[in-house]
Amino acid sequence: MTNISKEQVKHVAELARLEVTEEEADMLTDQLSEIITAAELLNELDTTNVEPITHASDLKNVLRKDEPKVWITKEEALKNAPDQKDGHFRVPSILAD
Amino acid sequence: MALFDHTIKELEEKLHNNEIKVADLVDASYQRIHEVDDQVRAFLTLNEENARAAAKELDKSEDKSGSLFGMPTGIKDNIVTKGLRTTSASKILDNFYDPLYDATVMNKLYEQSAITIGKLNMDEFAMGSSNENSGYFITRNPWNTDYVPGGSSGGSAAAVAAGEVLFALGSDTGGSIREPAAYCGVVGLKPTYGRVSRFGLVAFASSLDQIGPITRSVEDNARVLEVLAGQDPMDSTSAHLAVPKYTDALTKDVKDLKIAVPSEYLGEGVSSEVQEAVKKALKVYESLGATWEEVSLPHSKYAMATYYIIASSEASANLARFDGVRYGVRAEADNMMDMFKKSRSQGFGEEVKRRIMLGTFALSSGYYDAYYKKAQKVRTLMKGDFDKIFADYDVVIGPTSPTPAFKIGEKTDDPLTMYANDILTIPVNLAGVPGISVPCGFSEDGLPIGLQIIGKHFDESTVYRAAHAYEQATDHHKKRPQIGGANE
Repeated sequence: MTNISKEQVKHVAELARLEVTEEEADMLTDQLSEIITAAELLNELDTTNVEPITHASDLKNVLRKDEPKVWITKEEALKNAPDQKDGHFRVPSILAD
Repeated sequence: MALFDHTIKELEEKLHNNEIKVADLVDASYQRIHEVDDQVRAFLTLNEENARAAAKELDKSEDKSGSLFGMPTGIKDNIVTKGLRTTSASKILDNFYDPLYDATVMNKLYEQSAITIGKLNMDEFAMGSSNENSGYFITRNPWNTDYVPGGSSGGSAAAVAAGEVLFALGSDTGGSIREPAAYCGVVGLKPTYGRVSRFGLVAFASSLDQIGPITRSVEDNARVLEVLAGQDPMDSTSAHLAVPKYTDALTKDVKDLKIAVPSEYLGEGVSSEVQEAVKKALKVYESLGATWEEVSLPHSKYAMATYYIIASSEASANLARFDGVRYGVRAEADNMMDMFKKSRSQGFGEEVKRRIMLGTFALSSGYYDAYYKKAQKVRTLMKGDFDKIFADYDVVIGPTSPTPAFKIGEKTDDPLTMYANDILTIPVNLAGVPGISVPCGFSEDGLPIGLQIIGKHFDESTVYRAAHAYEQATDHHKKRPQIGGANE
């Protein structure tokens, strides 16, 4: 059994921009440990000479010309925003007080 | 006979002969929704005013040539619809009433004059096998409302089974079209990776996601895929390949068909009822002149681990876009970082957070090679299993799911038990090949069982041919659910 620590869970939550309560952190510590342990079944397989794949199709790089075209207007882009000002998305202050 | 017991082709004839109007089809849809949807709970959002207006327009039109002309359809709520609320069944998109554009599949449906009846419930961001992870409510199985409809496209399969729409669109990342189709006794196809554009599909796991049709018959399914399939400049993973006329494949017999049956698909973990139903189906194929042999998918036991590492890793990256800045729900906070965290923590449900956590862990520094890269290598081996079988056989056949639908609440305590439900559908997504589920019988409790037919890359024609031959030789697809729970 691979045990993930509660500190690791909190660190990963920070990376994922999630807030976890102590109770959630305890639950996730148990569940992620179980899931990761189950995933370690893959270690049975010797994959030394196996190439990883990122998808299962034969597609290679798909290129197109980089040409500007009309997509949406600024007004449209902003209409679903929780907050906006002067044609921009507005967010709370970036630097903490 | 209810209108939706007819195929699209039959309804088209009725429209052309002026026996019915498009308004009648749209009426039939909303009438049925008003009758049964308080029990089935398939719909998150209805599009009634627009749908009735569209029906009126189509009824005035001289040109009735669209191949889905006037056909009422339901759309899984992770497919973006212009001006029509799109939530992916997540509270973080609760207020997303006014999306800016239609997904490519929607434009294709509209070009053929289909009508959108509404948006269908699902597991939040398509993460789940039962619809119990919806941020809103649980859709019920029309065959017995105490049971789950399957997931994640549970609303889509339930709406088709209950006769609320003629067909529906779903998406399938690890079985999310085929498993609910099996549980609800309808036909659901996951196309080859790259067959259908995903532009406008809310991304879950980009190397696995595909959109596909859920219908009552194989013929309707082939007809809808003809509309959906094709290259799209807006999705660079969509393939530059001509779209065959899939309905033409249905007229051919299966006398020459070589079927492979993986022993792993009829072994431990698969219920005896399901095994029996599949063995009976193989007898049907024998009687039609097809041959089958037992084969092995040696890496299938690694599918679940491989899938949950890869899909969760991709999801953790894809779901980074939900941050409360450009659209969706924002939580109040004094600074930006807290706003991100609070918006995401309040907006996402438990399963979505668990997978983001798992994926972020698997991609994090020090663990990437051990988990993510390892899973990508095992994926190569799994794809190789299929390549090897398809060198000698036309299709692979087995069950869609190890059991029929389970009871609501039965598997929610333990994520791993729920994940194990997808073991027979996941390998298909990892290998990128097409797979369909068709009804192949009922359990003792009267719940549908699904037969899974898997084909070669871009060979949906053979999958449809095999599915149609079986369907026409059996009666399972003709049964209809009596909506209601065991206690009602």
